[in-house]
Amino acid sequence: MLHITQAESDGVLTVSLSGELDHHAAREAIEQSEDLMALYPCEKLVLNLAGLTFMDSSGLAVVLHLHRTCARSGCDFVVRGTPPQPMRVFEAAGLPQVMIFERGE
Amino acid sequence: MRAVINKMSLKFESRSVNEAFARQAVGAFVAQLDPTMEELGDIKTIVSEAVTNAIVHGYADKTGFITVTVRLLEGRILEIKVKDTGRGIENVEQARQPMFTTGDDTRSGMGFTIMESFTDKLRVRSMPGKGTMVTMIKLLQERSA
Repeated sequence: MLHITQAESDGVLTVSLSGELDHHAAREAIEQSEDLMALYPCEKLVLNLAGLTFMDSSGLAVVLHLHRTCARSGCDFVVRGTPPQPMRVFEAAGLPQVMIFERGE
Repeated sequence: MRAVINKMSLKFESRSVNEAFARQAVGAFVAQLDPTMEELGDIKTIVSEAVTNAIVHGYADKTGFITVTVRLLEGRILEIKVKDTGRGIENVEQARQPMFTTGDDTRSGMGFTIMESFTDKLRVRSMPGKGTMVTMIKLLQERSA
């Protein structure tokens, strides 16, 4: 199960994903994030992954999708708090070379 | 041939909700080898990738059965086979290329790249109209007692 929550302050929209992000959950993650970005136009999108307990390559599609959406709308994009298992998937795909991964919650 | 220490097989329908079931069941079976957290994460990831491929591509327009067979071989060698009897892959070499996908925007085209990266050996046998079998070999580190 994937849970999605959001918080917005001073032009920064934080979308937090917790639980398991796989192909089964990817469609919902993309659609909900897009809806939130439409509701809260932001200067910066923070995707907080600290609560993820599992992620496979479907998570890459979600992150790449949001990265592209932000690039189109001129908003900054960072991925924050990625746990070790999802980080290994991001690293195997080379994503840390093309976008910002921050530590912290 | 290495001796088989233990073996299990799972058969389930190609529904996306079963991706979690498959990786968790394989993770629970492999726990008897006391893998590291990193190894366990890798194993769940590769099972999830292979099962997702079978669901999205093997059975793109129908529901069918997926069989996952796991063998624990002497010397802490893990062999995982994921088999479907779906439509098969026309061009396996192309399918294995990074960023190649025939799926929708929830697919990154990186599934095979992740599977190759997290295994010691990956073999894909496929016949159009007959199905696909992915065999993954992973060597687990020795654990001191």
